[in-house]
Amino acid sequence: MNTSETSTPTYRKVGQDMWKFILAELKPKGKLLTPFNIISAPIIILGLVLIVLRFATGLGATTNLNQEFPWGIWIGFDVVTGVAFAAGAYIVTFMVYVLRMEKYHSIVRATVLNGFLAYIFYAGALALDLGRPWKIINPIIGNSFGVSSVLFLVAWHFLLYMMAQFIEFSPAIAEWLGLRKLRKILGTLTVGAVVFGICLSMLHQSGLGALFLLAPAKIHPLWYTEYIPVLFIVSSVFAGMSIVIIEGTISHRVFGHQISAEHHAKHMDIMVGLSRLAAAALFVYFFMKVLVLIHGMHWHELLTPMGYLYLFEVLGFVVLPFVIFVMGAKNRDRKLLLSGAVISALGIIINRLNISVIAFKWYAPVHYVPSWIEVVVTLAVVLGEIWAFRWVANRMPVFAESPRWVKNLDSEAGQSVPAGVVPVKAEK
Amino acid sequence: MKTTRRKFLQCTGTAVGASLLLGPNNAFGSMTEKDNSPQYGMLNDTTMCTGCQACEQACTAKNFFPEPEVKPETEKQRSTGTEALTVVNAHATEKGTVFVKTQCMHCDQPACVSACLVNAMYKTDEGPVIWKEDKCMGCRYCMVACPFDIPKFEYGSLNPKIRKCVMCFDRIGKGNIPVCAEACPQEAILFGTREELLEIARKRISDHPAKYVRHIYGEHEVGGTNILYLAGVPFAQLGFRTDLGTIPYPEYTKTFLYSVPLALLLAPAFMLGLRQATKGKNDRD
Repeated sequence: MNTSETSTPTYRKVGQDMWKFILAELKPKGKLLTPFNIISAPIIILGLVLIVLRFATGLGATTNLNQEFPWGIWIGFDVVTGVAFAAGAYIVTFMVYVLRMEKYHSIVRATVLNGFLAYIFYAGALALDLGRPWKIINPIIGNSFGVSSVLFLVAWHFLLYMMAQFIEFSPAIAEWLGLRKLRKILGTLTVGAVVFGICLSMLHQSGLGALFLLAPAKIHPLWYTEYIPVLFIVSSVFAGMSIVIIEGTISHRVFGHQISAEHHAKHMDIMVGLSRLAAAALFVYFFMKVLVLIHGMHWHELLTPMGYLYLFEVLGFVVLPFVIFVMGAKNRDRKLLLSGAVISALGIIINRLNISVIAFKWYAPVHYVPSWIEVVVTLAVVLGEIWAFRWVANRMPVFAESPRWVKNLDSEAGQSVPAGVVPVKAEK
Repeated sequence: MKTTRRKFLQCTGTAVGASLLLGPNNAFGSMTEKDNSPQYGMLNDTTMCTGCQACEQACTAKNFFPEPEVKPETEKQRSTGTEALTVVNAHATEKGTVFVKTQCMHCDQPACVSACLVNAMYKTDEGPVIWKEDKCMGCRYCMVACPFDIPKFEYGSLNPKIRKCVMCFDRIGKGNIPVCAEACPQEAILFGTREELLEIARKRISDHPAKYVRHIYGEHEVGGTNILYLAGVPFAQLGFRTDLGTIPYPEYTKTFLYSVPLALLLAPAFMLGLRQATKGKNDRD
């Protein structure tokens, strides 16, 4: 990506026709033939074709899933890893709205947008994996409540959390469309949505781990533990932070011209703060991993091929990024922070895939390996999310300042300041 | 702290939301409730099975599947599939070749049922675990959860179904017995209530201590199954998983599920409290 793809958003003005404005906004902004577009567009188009193929020919013809391995990377990566990557939203909103750490206010909208789109795209990919997707509404309506299922809980929480995130982000849409009254109402819902959203997040982040509690005899003992839910929630903290750091670093470059000078100056402080939090979470996570290993008494498994994989994951992708984050935060080194974030994000991919795919039935003579179609569709989902993010960030006040009327509106209402709006200091 | 209307609405909204989610949790109780009414099951005596595959043939005929083409061989283990709900495998043991019929174990507290988010997998009062086509969304979590790898999915179909033995649930309702038990010429498959079958199994073991190992597979495994097995050699030699333990599978996720209502009640209060506590002079509420 480079800056030529982006432009500064323009919002709808009073009296401007809404539909004409939306139609004008639908047109692409900025240069089309950029290296990122040239690489990603064909993958997305191929991915769409393959999705059609998947629904036309079935799961057997397009994936390498089989009776032994019912879940592949569409679950293990798209859903289980994707949701961990979206954890930034609940952590940053917690810091800003519950702990009132105003320093992070400027990144709330981008983080919530990223989280919301991640749920739409990654969790949406779940529909591809369903064998009978026309029944997808069953756990939501009707008399089909499988309340003893962790998946039931996860499904409901996905749905509710997507709604909560939409409410959290909706003031930006109202500002974009110049809907003052609606913006006023939506602004009042933010704190409620945030608090509810954090509860839902914590429960389904851990819930995704709890799914695998039902496979005690199928997951390698080094990974299976009754503490999987706790490990998932702790690791979602550094997973989320890593993605916020990566997204923040890239956005800072790509959307830099939209960001006010004041926020430019604060950016390094924010990144350092997030890295410290990620480092703390990594430390706690490592400590728990060691405790679980000692309690599980499976250390003799460490000197087997699966044990080497375990050590690779824990030493290379938990201990190493911890050290890098600590050094990066101390020296305020942007490159170190970014590499720490990339390594710990890779570690999350490895960990989630280990539990859901690699260490799952490690004893099977023939192990599942994803088909090229599964891989391309997954890439298309990730790239599609980035395109959607860029589309929104180029139009709505995500990085750019909200329209001027919003500040007056908020100080009038005397309400808490929704994401993205620079809080107005008490009148002098 | 003054309670404003907004705050009141916030708290009420959170509480209503939380209790909406709490409602169905009351049903967790049913998960572990023991049903005392007699449940049907089957007793497979592996010392009597000759590997004739009459049960397989009866099963495929009943379900309109292609007839089994492969004979049981010790070199090649078969597993059940979408068109073979029961298969007989041969195992080389210390007492020579022993044949074992495999099919759904119809657990007392099935992992597949506790995994299913739409109640498509269903434990009937009569004992059989059945699958409801109109509910299933094809997520295949039951396949992940089943310790015996029994549910099979029709990957090649555009209207895929989960296939597994349902203990001829339709026949039991009409007073008939499952076709496999009816077809067995050796009477190696006995159909009856689980209690009766357990008594028969115990009696066989005590009457012929040299013939049988002192273990009824399925009596305690994963909390008990409605299909029981007798064997002349240790079950590990017959391809049985002996590492599954006796804890019913729903127990593994119960702690987590119980903590959910607690978290939904306490976390919002905690967070709103934190928000109050961190309130500064210039902060708005």
